[in-house]
Parts: sequence; structure tokens; C-alpha cells
Amino acid sequence: MPEAPQKLIIIGNGMAAIRLLEELIEKQSPFDITVFGSEPHAGYNRILLSPLLSGEQTLNDVVTHPIDWYDQHGITLHTSKTVTDISASEKRVRDIDGDIYHFDKLVIATGSQAFLPPIPGNDLNGVYTYRTINDVEQMLSSCQQSKQAVVIGGGLLGLEVAYGLHKQGMNVTVLHRHTVLMERQLDETASEHLTAMLANTGLSIKTDVNIKKILGDEKVESVLLEDGSSIPAELVVFAVGIRPEISLAKKSDIDCAAGIIVNDQMQTSCQDIFAIGECCQHNDKTYGLVAPLYEQAAVCATVLNNETASYTGSVNATGLKVTGVNLFSAGQFCEDDSCQIIKLVDSANSIYRKLVIKHNRIVGILLYGDITDSRWYLELLETKQDITAISQTLQFGKQYCVDVQETVAACA
Amino acid sequence: MFRKPLLRVHSTMSNYPTALTEEKIKTTCPYCGVGCGVIAQANKQGQVTIEGDTSHPANSGRLCSKGSALGETVNLSHRLLSPMVNNKKASWDEALAEVANCFVETINNYGADSVAFYVSGQLLTEDYYVANKLMKGFIGSANIDTNSRLCMSSAVAGHKRAFGSDAVGPCYEDLESAEAIIVTGSNIAWCHPVLYQRIEAARENNDCQLYIIDPRQTHSCDTADVHLPIRPGTDAVLFNGLLCYLEQHACIDHEYINAHTQGFDAALTLAKQTAPSIEFVAKACDVSVEKVEQFYQLFSNTEKVVTLFSMGINQSSSGVDKVNAIINAHLAAGKIGKPGTGPFSITGQPNAMGGREVGGLASTLAAHMDFEQSECVARFWNSDKIAIKPGLKAVDLFNDIKSGKVKAVWVMATNPAVSIPDSNSVNEALKQCDFVVVSDCIRKTDTTRYADVLLPAAAWGEKSGTVTNSERRISRQRSFLSTAGEARPDWWIISEVAKRMGFGDEFQYQHVADVFREHAALSGFENAGNRDFDISLLQELDNEDYDALKPIQWPVNQENPEGTRRILTNGHFYTKDNKARFIPIEPRTPGANTSDTFPLVLNTGRVRDHWHTMTRTGESQRLSRHSLEPFAQCHPATAKQFAIKDKQLIRINSEYGSVVVRAELTDRQRQDEIFIPLHWNDQFSANARVDAVVNPFVDPISGQPEYKHTPVKVEPVKHEWFGFILSRHEYQFDELAYWTKLIEKDNWRIEFSDKEIKDINWFKKRIQNGHDYDWIEYVDEYNQTARYLWQYENEIQGCIFTATDYASLPAREWLSEQFSTTTLQDNKWQILAGLSSSGGVDTGSVVCSCFGVGENTIKDYICENAKADVNQIGKALNAGTNCGSCRPEIKSLIENRQHS
Repeated sequence: MPEAPQKLIIIGNGMAAIRLLEELIEKQSPFDITVFGSEPHAGYNRILLSPLLSGEQTLNDVVTHPIDWYDQHGITLHTSKTVTDISASEKRVRDIDGDIYHFDKLVIATGSQAFLPPIPGNDLNGVYTYRTINDVEQMLSSCQQSKQAVVIGGGLLGLEVAYGLHKQGMNVTVLHRHTVLMERQLDETASEHLTAMLANTGLSIKTDVNIKKILGDEKVESVLLEDGSSIPAELVVFAVGIRPEISLAKKSDIDCAAGIIVNDQMQTSCQDIFAIGECCQHNDKTYGLVAPLYEQAAVCATVLNNETASYTGSVNATGLKVTGVNLFSAGQFCEDDSCQIIKLVDSANSIYRKLVIKHNRIVGILLYGDITDSRWYLELLETKQDITAISQTLQFGKQYCVDVQETVAACA
Repeated sequence: MFRKPLLRVHSTMSNYPTALTEEKIKTTCPYCGVGCGVIAQANKQGQVTIEGDTSHPANSGRLCSKGSALGETVNLSHRLLSPMVNNKKASWDEALAEVANCFVETINNYGADSVAFYVSGQLLTEDYYVANKLMKGFIGSANIDTNSRLCMSSAVAGHKRAFGSDAVGPCYEDLESAEAIIVTGSNIAWCHPVLYQRIEAARENNDCQLYIIDPRQTHSCDTADVHLPIRPGTDAVLFNGLLCYLEQHACIDHEYINAHTQGFDAALTLAKQTAPSIEFVAKACDVSVEKVEQFYQLFSNTEKVVTLFSMGINQSSSGVDKVNAIINAHLAAGKIGKPGTGPFSITGQPNAMGGREVGGLASTLAAHMDFEQSECVARFWNSDKIAIKPGLKAVDLFNDIKSGKVKAVWVMATNPAVSIPDSNSVNEALKQCDFVVVSDCIRKTDTTRYADVLLPAAAWGEKSGTVTNSERRISRQRSFLSTAGEARPDWWIISEVAKRMGFGDEFQYQHVADVFREHAALSGFENAGNRDFDISLLQELDNEDYDALKPIQWPVNQENPEGTRRILTNGHFYTKDNKARFIPIEPRTPGANTSDTFPLVLNTGRVRDHWHTMTRTGESQRLSRHSLEPFAQCHPATAKQFAIKDKQLIRINSEYGSVVVRAELTDRQRQDEIFIPLHWNDQFSANARVDAVVNPFVDPISGQPEYKHTPVKVEPVKHEWFGFILSRHEYQFDELAYWTKLIEKDNWRIEFSDKEIKDINWFKKRIQNGHDYDWIEYVDEYNQTARYLWQYENEIQGCIFTATDYASLPAREWLSEQFSTTTLQDNKWQILAGLSSSGGVDTGSVVCSCFGVGENTIKDYICENAKADVNQIGKALNAGTNCGSCRPEIKSLIENRQHS
């Protein structure tokens, strides 16, 4: 009689979980896999929620892994089923219905939650956060009757949702606390370009503002700012950041800080329990972008497969999914003396490109308007390549540097 | 978006003149004294094509790089197109009256010697004649001097001392029939390229030895048999030594000496005292005994020897003595007046000879007559005020302007603010002079900035008249373009002023031929064979004959109706006893010797593709590519001693002034000597006017300045920031510590550097100038470089590249090509990469101007084809197959390759 396959339970059915599944399938890993998802949908691509909201894509496009896919690969998927307890010592989990499942290995991929700041009125009808298909569907139905929308937060998600609502015919005002939009990814110059571009498409952007209150009787009516002015709103979306979803882990005595603490093998403080994606914290860093979570999933799958792999952290690289905006941002934008900037500004054509160099290596990339060679720069950044030999033409793209690289290689 | 209209949306690099005729017109090149025949043809658009005139005896169809590019120099962009009084446009009447009144008033108040003309070997003979006649015949002063003072006057004085007249005996054919040619003080390959080509062509079929005497290893040495790099200023010792050698080796032609000369013994005695042995000469000249002996043997043992000399001899405080030291040797050996022999002065300007013929020098009167013959000339001119004594020579003239003795000066067709030694002082003089008139083709020169009245002169291609080349050949310059704007021929301008000064009766010329006939008549007037210059037969020409006049060598008289190939052939000279004179020569050291403070010797001269102060060649992109920037050549050992690196900016200081130019290290230069070209001036560079450095010593007889020897010191210039600007329109950034400007095919180019970095706003402020340009900015803190591009409606208008490391700036060639496409591609910001994505090719500075072949291209070919010779390179790359001026350079590239 063959040995029964080991049981692997994955809590969460978001993008990290799905990527982990794909990696395991690729490796023909022998696990008996069970997946718990609190949303009613099978596997979908959260990144595509923005095009879904703007109407540029449909639900079919967004759901990348339907139920059939799980069946085909012998994976048990429980949708709309939240796990409530983990017993690390007994290697069991319990779901919301009280059912108990045994595991040999457990992966927590609970992702994150949209942050809803404690502003008075945040519980009124018509106030949303932006995280799930459900959020999008509610907003879309709200669009049918409403005209005025306010998006609070001018970060990546805020701008995407604002653009989506605008495409749905709403008058959208974006309120942002900083003077710089997407301040984690952009600098002042890029923000100016982006603001001008978005204003051009019809969005109203207000930066350097603070919200005092959401006003309305049951249903939202306007947003009151600290300076006393108010903006009429039938729909308010908070997009002011995410918080890792660690409540389950915490209560199960798994070590947590901002996220669930993992080592280079994505292992938590408990043996045989792993965590990946937005819920985890590696080397004091949490991530909110897709590329790091793919890298974590790959490492986790390899370790689960009894091979060796190490996760050494990721570079935050991102674009903005707003039609007509070419934007790529990765790494850090330190402004101290140890860094040197290589920048190009072509205002007439809304092109702004900035590379941040530190110790002869790229540590930051910001491309706006023309993102030629963004992937190549990212590769140079991630592999920590010394750019001394190609620095003179680096900004102008790979094709300007290949010869030099080859020559240097040939001479070496 | 609202845009202010651009004044000139499209390139105004070319601003063509109007054709007078679309036929092919035979004319003469306006550059050097070779006097090549040119066939010019203008089309309806005013574009001019140039070819060599195969029927012209001077060049038989050959042209050099400068002559070939004449078509590029006729554009009107920088022309002076109307008279101006006090920098305001004026009518001819107003301007002429202003000049006449001021001159009359000054003469009335301070006498005739308080006014002066400073004229030029660029003038045609007829212009020259009228100017000379007005000053010496009617104003009554001899204060007319010409820029030929700066290049030829020592030869003139030497000729007169030896021959009794300014007689150049040989002809160009003598260079082809000579068995040995001694070239001393001439970079003939660059300065008289067509003569050089004739020599080279002849040497392919004969055994003629080419022997170059020059402190510098110029490109003339590349094909020579021997180069003798003597210490500057020691020529007289060398030729005195030759005289002794001839005597010691029984090579003296006693028969000739007895029959036709005087003074041999005295000359020999002094030669023996001052150049007692070959060893002594070798030491004095700082060359090997073997090489000196080789030279002496060659001269002595070869029957047909021509000694060709030019500025290197003349431009010296003992220039006249050097000329006579050469002539002494030729007289002593009887190597004169026969085919393939003679001392042969080669002139630098197209009409230096014509100027000498009319008497354009302050030290001569007219038609090869001196002041003792003033009564004769007065009779002919019907003048009662003729000058009876020499006037002020160029350097003295400007000294007297500065001291206020001369209060009104009229400068014609030349640029003394650049070309006279101690030029800062000359600029001061012009600045404080009461009344300065400048007749010129060009609006802005270093000299026109001081003009109270500017008179627009007709340019080459527009004016008509004659010039005389170095072999006494008179050729016609014919017009084929309409005079631009309100420009007028110089003879007309001068005559109109003369009329307004009250001399109307004697200046009633209707046609340029009227002037020529009068000049021809004067040459024959009371000339019973005692004056060499005689073209009296040509006074019979009617206007049509004049227009059809074929190149002809003077004398042209009853005895020689077809002209005269050689003079001084029969031992007949123009002294009182018709005998030539040996002149005893005591060699002198230069005006100033080097010292601890000024330890190096500065030498000046030409580059291959520029001419004088660049007013003409600076208009040609082809010619501007050979030498891109003003430079100082310096031996690597000297450079090391003064901590100078190749391509670094250096400051050269003399007691008089300084320049800042780029160092060019080369072992073609002797140690402790510096060479700087004479062309660059305040219109083309921040501080490269080399005559600001040159000491104002002159030859006591000829008054010719010592351009070839100034004690200087040198130091690196510590600039921290370097760059270049390419722009469709012309800009001037005088505030930059160093800049130099040149024209390229579709753009201007400025190379610059400074002590501190200037940012994009600094440039924007100076370039926007009311225009609404779009800018692209690239700033690279890592490499400390910055690059900017400005455009208008998708057409690139300019770009600026800067760096703290000069060597890191990209090659300019590819960028420059981007100006030929009017519409920029989508990714135009990538232009700021400075090269195409497929890799820019740096072809290097242009060696072959005709076909635009760069040094690197030729080097690459030599690299791949180890056995390539000059002809093979010509076949493969076209280089050197047109004008041939670059063939010596190609040859040296091949040799360098073989040596490395």
C-alpha cells in the first residue's frame, strides 16, 4: 500500500496562494492540497480589478482560475470559508463552520485588508474600500445612480480606482494627504507630470489636504476637509493603504510584528507553518505588490518540495494601470549625498526618467512617459550590477549599452 | 499652446547671392599667391560650383582644398550690405561725404601726414592703384601701407638691395625643371598647395631633391628627401655658411660675379667671420653636421637649384638680411636667371605682387618707382602734391594712431586688429582713433567694431579686375555674381571719396579697365628699360580686350609682347650700374631672446584649410573641419616640463598678451618651441588672437614684424567644466571663459569650457531670446555630465553637452548629422545619448576636406590594409584624389602606422 500523500493546507486564495499552487503543480509536488478562501470566487487576478472597474475588462477576464482548474489538478477548494483557528501543536485548523482539518504543512496566505481610517462618517452608506471583486461590484452598482465620487488617497490604488470611476462616467475628485501623488513610487517632478496628465483626462486632483469628516445622513453626502471646504460626494472610496491580515496567525501564537514573521524559507515561528504574500513580514519588510509575492511563492513551493531555496527580499517595482499613463517605479529614491541621480526631463512630451545610483549600482528607477527598458533596469537593480562601464549611456536604454557591455566582457 | 513666431524657422546657414550669369566664368582664386585659375558657375539659386581652370598656366586645372571650397564662401550671411555711419545704415552719399569731409578736415587741421590708409593684398590691382594714387598723389602723404608689409616686405627690400628692383626672376616651370629645390621658411604643402603638387608631380618623373629647412616638421617634410629642423632665426648663419662652402669647394661662378655683380669679397669676408665652419653652423643652427654638409653639397653639386622662400624668412627682425643671404649664395654660384634656378619668393596673398607693382607699400611710390622719381610720377598724375618721402610702415602706423599723430585711418579689405603684432595695443589704437573708416565685405570683424564709417565692398565673385601671382603673372578676376546689397568695388569707393575731397578731375574712372590702362601707362611712362615693371603694351587694351585678357607675365612691352617668362636672365639688373649687389650679412639674433620668465619660443603660421582671419574660410564647413579649434603645438618633453597634457587648454603669455588654446602634443615640434596658428580671432574664439602675444619687433629696413619668434611662457588652464554646443542658429557666448566657434554642414558648433558649471537656465536665458523652444534636459550626477536639447515644432534647434571630464564628451560628428534631418523621431531624447543606438562612429578630424574623410577612417583602412599607399587609399576612400592637399598627411598616417 503506497504511503498516503502529505496534507497541505493553504489559508487564502489570493494571488500568492494561486501562484504557490502553480509552482507546486509545476513541480508535480505530491501533496494533497486543500485551499480555503473567504471570498465566494475561485481564483482571480486582483490586479485586474482596476480594468474591471473602468470597464476595460470583464469578470471573465479577471477570474483566471475557475473551479474547474482546481478540480483538474485535484485541489480541494473551499470558497466563502474562513479559517478561524490554527493549532500548531496538533497540526489542525478549524473553519468557520467548526470543521477540523489536519495538515502536515500549512501555508498562511491571508493577504491584507484595506485600511479604513477612523474618520467620523466612515461607516455611512456609500463609503467603500477597494480590495475585492465584491467591492468593485458594489461600486459599479452605485455608479448607476450617482454622479459625484471622492477617492481618498492618491496612491497607486486610489488613482486606479479614481480612473475606473471616471471611466464609468462619474465626476471624480482625488484627495491626497501628501503633496506628491504616489509618494512611495514617485518624486515631485513625476507627480507633477502625472497630476497634469490625470487632470487632462478629467480627474480633479487635490493634494496636501486632510479629511475632517464624511458628512451625510445614513448615506454619504459630502466630504469635509480640515480647511472647512467640502466636496459633494455620493460615493466615497478609501484607498489609503493596506494592513497585513494577521489576526488568525496572532491568535494562534505565531510570531507577528506588522506581518507574520518569516525566515528566508518563508517559515513562520512554528514548524511546518509557512506564510507568503502581503500578510508576511520578511527582514522587517512587508510587501503590497505582486512581484515580491510571486518570488515568495516560488521559494515556498521549493522548500515544501524538500529542496533548498532562499528568499532574500524583493524590490518594489510597479506600474500604474491607467490607460495612457506609462509609469514604472522601482527601488528607493534616497536623496542623500551617497546617491547620484541620472535624470532626463522632456516636458513637452511628458517624459521623465530618473535612475538613482549608489555605490555604482542602480538602487532606484522611476520612468514616466517612456518606460523603455524598465525591465532591464530592474534586472540591473535586482542583480546589483556594477554600471560603471555603461553609465554614460545607461539612461538611453539597453540597446545603447549592449556593445559596451560586450566590449567590457571581451576585454576582461 | 501659444507660441511666439520663430524669426527664422528654417536653417539660414546658406544665404545665397544672385547670379550675374549662369555661364562658366574664368576667374582667379582669391587665396594665396600661386594665383590659380578657377572656373566658377552660379546657378539661378546663387549656388556656386567651382572647378580648376585647365587653361590657366599657374595650376593647369588643379585646385587646393581652399580653392575647391570657394563656392561655400560666397553666402551672404555675414556680409556688410550697406554703408553705415556710427553703426547706423546710411546712404552712399552720406557715408562718402562723411569720409571725405573728415579726411579733408583732418588734413586741413593737422597736415597730410595725420591721415593714413591701411590696405591689403586682397585688393585687386586697380583698387590698389586708385588708393595709392589718392594718398601719395593727391593727399600728398605716403601714409598708405598694406598688409603685404606683414608678409612680403623683407623680400621686397632684399630684392631691391640685391637687384635694384623688387624683381622676382623665376617662374613656376623652374620648380619643375630644377634638380634640387630648397624650401626654407615655407610650409608649401599647406600654404601653396598647388605649387607643391606641381613639384610633387614633377618629382615623380625626375630626380629633383626636395630639401626643407624649417624649425617645424611640417607636412611639407612628409614627402621631402631631407628635413633640416634649424633653431629659429638662424637662417642667415646657414646661408652664410653656404657661401663659405661654395668658396671652399670651388663652386663660385667667378665669371658671373665679375661680369654682373659687385661686393662679393665683402660678403664672403663677413660670411667667413660669422659662419667659419660647418661645425660652427651646425651648432648655431642646432642640427647635425652631416645634415648641414648634405645641404651644402646638394646646393653646390647641383646645377639647377631653386631656393623657394616665404614667411619663415621674411617675418623676422633680420628678414631682409636672410633674403640677401639666400640671394648671395645664388649669385655666387651663378644659379640665377637660368631655367631651374634662382631665389624664388613665394607670396602669401592673391595680389601681394599687384600691390607691390602699384606701390601700395609706404616705402615705395608707384609702378616700382621710389620717391626720388616722384617728379616723374607727379607729371604722369598731374599732381602738385606728390609725396616725396616714405610714409609710415604698418607697425609704426598703428603706433602713431595710438599716440594720436595719425587721427584718421581708412582700412580696406584687411583686419589689422587681428593681424598686427601686439594686437591688444592695435585694438587700443583703433579704439581711441578719432576717425576709423573700414571698407570690407564682412559686417563683423575684430576691426569693423571700431569703425565710425563702414563701407560695403564687393566680394570675390562680384568684383572685377586683375591680380598678379608670385611668378609675375597678371590674371583677371571676373565677376559672375551681382554685387550684394549696396556693395561697390573698392576702386569706385575710393574714386568717389577722391571726388568729394576735390580731386574729381583725376578720378573720373567709368570702368575698371580705365584704371588698369592708366596703371599700365604709368609703368611705361618715361621707362627706358630702367624699370623692370613695364606692362605698357597693355595700356592699348580696350574694354573688351581687357575683359578677355589671358594670364600673362610681366614685363609686357614692345620687346616682350607675349609677356616674359623669366627676368634677370641676362645678368642685367636695375641698379645704377646694372650690376647685382652682394650684401655682407652679419647674422643677428631675434628681437628678443628667451629668458627665465619667458623660456619658450612662439612661432606662428597657417593651417591647411584656413586663410588669414577666417572671414572667408570660416564660412565654409568643409574647410572648418580640418582644424576644429585654435591650438598650440608643443613637443611632449616640453609639455611634460610644464605639466601640460594633450588636448588640455593652455595659456601662452608673452610680455605683450596671452591666448588660451588647446595643447596639441607632437614631436614634429622642436623642444622649447610652441606653434600657434594665426587665424583665430575674437569672432571665432574667446582668447585665441595669437598676435596679442607676438612681439612687435620689426626688421629695421623692411619694417616687417617678427611673427616667427616671440619668447613666451606656458601654463595649463585649470577649467573644471567642458562642453560643446551644436545649434542651427549662430550664438555667441562671450561670458564663457573659453569658447571657439566653427561652422558645420547644417549647424554651428561651439566648444567651450569654464571654471564653474553653468546650468540649463543659464543657457535658456541666452538662447530662448523670445522664442518658445521646447527643452529636453539630461543631468547625470554620476558622471557629472549634463546635456540639453532644444527644439521647435519637432525640429532640433540645438543641443548642449557638458561634462567635468573633457574626454568623456561624445564625438560630435553623429550629433551634427542629426541637424540634416528636419523632423525628430519620437524618441528624440535619445539623441542626447550622443550616438546612434547602433553605436556612433567617430571618424575623427577631417583630413580630406574635398570628400570629408576623417583621420580615424583612414587609420582604420591602413590598419586593415597594411601595405596601403596613398594612391590605394585614394581608390578605396576617395581621400586625396581631388585637390590633393591632404596627401602629405595621408602619407604620414601611413608612416606612423608602419613605425608603430
